[in-house]
Amino acid sequence: MAKYLLLKHYRGAPAAVNDVPMDHWTPEEVSAHMRYMSDFADRLEKTGEFVDGQALAPEGTWVRYDGEGRPPVTDGPFAETKDLIAGWMVIDVDSYDRAVELAGELSAAPGAGGKPLHEWLELRPFLSLPPTVTE
Amino acid sequence: MNLRELTPQVIGVLVRRGADFAAAEDAVQDALVEAVRSWPDDPPRDAKGWLVTVAWRKFLDAARAETARRRREESAEPPPGPVSGTDDTLQLYFLCAHPSLTPASAVALTLRAVGGLTTRQIAQAYLVPEATMAQRISRAKRTVAGVRFDQPGDVATVLRVLYLVFNEGYSGEVDLAAEAIRLTRQLAAAIDHPEVAGLLALMLLHHARRAARTAPDGSLVPLAEQDRGRWDTALIAEGVGILQTALARDRLGEFQAQAAIAALHADAPTAAETDWVQIVEWYDELARLTDSPVVRLNRAVAVGEADGPRAGLAALAGLDAALPRYAAVAAYLHERDGDVQTAARLYAEAARKAANLAERDHLTRQAARLNSRPGR
Repeated sequence: MAKYLLLKHYRGAPAAVNDVPMDHWTPEEVSAHMRYMSDFADRLEKTGEFVDGQALAPEGTWVRYDGEGRPPVTDGPFAETKDLIAGWMVIDVDSYDRAVELAGELSAAPGAGGKPLHEWLELRPFLSLPPTVTE
Repeated sequence: MNLRELTPQVIGVLVRRGADFAAAEDAVQDALVEAVRSWPDDPPRDAKGWLVTVAWRKFLDAARAETARRRREESAEPPPGPVSGTDDTLQLYFLCAHPSLTPASAVALTLRAVGGLTTRQIAQAYLVPEATMAQRISRAKRTVAGVRFDQPGDVATVLRVLYLVFNEGYSGEVDLAAEAIRLTRQLAAAIDHPEVAGLLALMLLHHARRAARTAPDGSLVPLAEQDRGRWDTALIAEGVGILQTALARDRLGEFQAQAAIAALHADAPTAAETDWVQIVEWYDELARLTDSPVVRLNRAVAVGEADGPRAGLAALAGLDAALPRYAAVAAYLHERDGDVQTAARLYAEAARKAANLAERDHLTRQAARLNSRPGR
């Protein structure tokens, strides 16, 4: 088994084929999209491949250490940030091919006009623990 | 009697016999685990007596082991003290909501020591790893280790903890809202206090609407659009009765005022028949009691219903636009005022600022509804 992170971006991914902002869909299209996403997660739970899924608020803060005895420096959010993560799903699957297959299905979530979004999702393998048997 | 209802009483007995709180709490958890295992085949006639005996034995075993470990000679068997169930329960509420605890710790400790939930169940309910929750609970126990068990506590801090548990909704096998109601009922039985009654009424009145609050697909259904036939009339009647008794004592507090607002909503056969004028008056009371900007934001919605959207927008003026849900309230009032374009923009902004998924999806749908209207 191998774990993969499926990343969904607010910004930073190449444009989706069906690229209409969600607040310009119809309410029914929004509902259909949400249903598709939750059905997808439910299905992966049943197949034993779901690990975690979370959505993130779009606005974040940059924070860094500012030296002994000083409070951390905060900055942002920056409007020009190119890459903005919207949420993730972690899956635990048998192969890279299966991970790609699932990412493809998630990318087919319906959007405006009920047509698939064809949005780009980022697929990143987790670095795993070293195996016991190495030779 | 429910096994978990006995938890605080049994901890109380052990503490009165001389066990310190942390050790007593551990011993009772162990006894509960044994009860769950052995009672189905061999149920005791006196459940509480059984738990006290087994928990005391577990405590002594642990204390002896500890004594042996420290190579001390002194006896670990303090003399048995008096048994008084209700006072002990109340003292445990105070201890678990002690002001020295952070809200998250107080919630976890209350659910375990007063609610009798296992660490695993609490961890699952709050979506954190079990080891994290176990650490949170043992740190909390260390924090209150020096607090004397018979010190009078502050009811207000207990109410805040129970309110937090109720508001968390539920995930996993434990229904936190139902658990909060059970714990607040138990508290109301242990202490006569109008705000405890007020919080219990508030919980019952909100819980009564739960089935109507979400659509089958999980999306939020706003109050005005809820199928009121699905409201639980028995819970509403109970909540209203408790509230009326509390209000008659003329010691108003914020939970009674919030419950009064919930009761006025529950009382309206349709959304259009809601007594918004009275609701605004209760928000005025609430604003005097709490001076909270969130209350004034909600008051603006009520003013918008009572006196029209312009009055509602006027009531918004002077409030900080960075308040949670400010954009959502402004969007609603602008739509009612006929300014669809501003409303759509504000709904989209509110969705970006939403703190939970259900609310975000709901607000996105509102923006979508306005943007997809014919002629736009």
